[in-house]
Amino acid sequence: MPRKGRRSLHPLSLRQDIVAEIPGVRRYARALTGDAGRADDLVQDTLERALTRLALWRPGSLRAWLFSIMHNLYINQLRDARRLEYAPDEDLPELPVRAAQSDGLEMRDLDRLLACLPLEQREVLLLVGLEELSYAEAARALGVPVGTVMSRLSRARDRLRTLMAGGAEGVHLRVVK
Amino acid sequence: MTPAPIREADLHALADGRLESLRRAEVEAWLALRPEEQARVAAWRVQNATLARAYGAVLEEPVPARLLEAARPPRRSSRWALAAAVAGLGLGAVAGFVARGVVESQPQPPAPVAALPHVAAVAHAVYAPEVRHPVEVGADQEAHLAAWLSKRLGATLRPPRLGEAGFDLVGGRLLPGDTGPVAQFMYQNARGQRLTLYVRRDAPDSGQTAFRHAQEGSVGVFWWIDGGMGYALSGELPRDELLRLANVAYHQLNQ
Repeated sequence: MPRKGRRSLHPLSLRQDIVAEIPGVRRYARALTGDAGRADDLVQDTLERALTRLALWRPGSLRAWLFSIMHNLYINQLRDARRLEYAPDEDLPELPVRAAQSDGLEMRDLDRLLACLPLEQREVLLLVGLEELSYAEAARALGVPVGTVMSRLSRARDRLRTLMAGGAEGVHLRVVK
Repeated sequence: MTPAPIREADLHALADGRLESLRRAEVEAWLALRPEEQARVAAWRVQNATLARAYGAVLEEPVPARLLEAARPPRRSSRWALAAAVAGLGLGAVAGFVARGVVESQPQPPAPVAALPHVAAVAHAVYAPEVRHPVEVGADQEAHLAAWLSKRLGATLRPPRLGEAGFDLVGGRLLPGDTGPVAQFMYQNARGQRLTLYVRRDAPDSGQTAFRHAQEGSVGVFWWIDGGMGYALSGELPRDELLRLANVAYHQLNQ
């Protein structure tokens, strides 16, 4: 369940609140970028940017605010340098066995499937499905209306369903009226 | 009383556990008559669970120091941080040495082996700026260099050729590592940019071979463990370029 945004206006404790959010922000970045090193680079940029904007933060969901900063940074990175586009570790040479720990097989498999989703769908899917943001929080983080979040979520989930089923079955995007 | 029409958003809210009980019952009743939609929502639930399981391990990882640092201004410059790391490494080694001397009779827990990318980046930061003595043995004596370092590390070593990527071998040196001798090969391109390849015998092969990336201040490191050896390629280069070079080095080493 989403944690409620803590209402602290004291810069020091706000910073402590930000530190407490780092693990979740890292998890999201890891799933978003498909790469541990790039994810931490993105998290670092996000934290640095957030600290320069503490004065702009308004009580609400601190996580949604951090995710919105990350979203803007990531979009700009992709725009500025196309070569930064999503590149899961499969680009790396085939090596006998992959690293254990946080880089489980399941994570690697998901990295590959998520890479098949357009960025805007991947973001919504992860913010809602992994980070458990409310639809309104996800909309705020991405700067789009809630209706857009819902339609992206439908496309992302149906596409991922097809991919997880091996991509063999046809796409079913029947919209419920 | 007619329930509000069931919309797509209700299905998502059901999958995400965001419906209050009355509405949930309505949506479930609606789904019971529509197996296709029901399967869809079930699949979404599986997705959420799969995502949480697969990426959950990230939450358990210790937060990298550089991220804690980033959340704690004013930040020290990366060069300063690296210098402090160099100093810390030296002090740690001395303290460890002294401690061993004092309590020799006590069984000591094995000291944690310093993280490969970290020590490699520190070694890079120390030697790459060297103008007059970047290496101990130059590339003009490559055969001697390879034989010497192979003998000291007790493993056949051969500096990979990165010429196709624009980097020529400058030479190499022997360094003290936590667990014994370490080899460092240095390369340079036409623009004077330098790369170092740090090679050490690593913990018994855990079968965990994959490229890993780390950023230590301004120094980027791609590292991997292969055949009982740890390799780390360091340089102040864009990540993609460094990755390309690491690929070349890896393939060269495995020829």
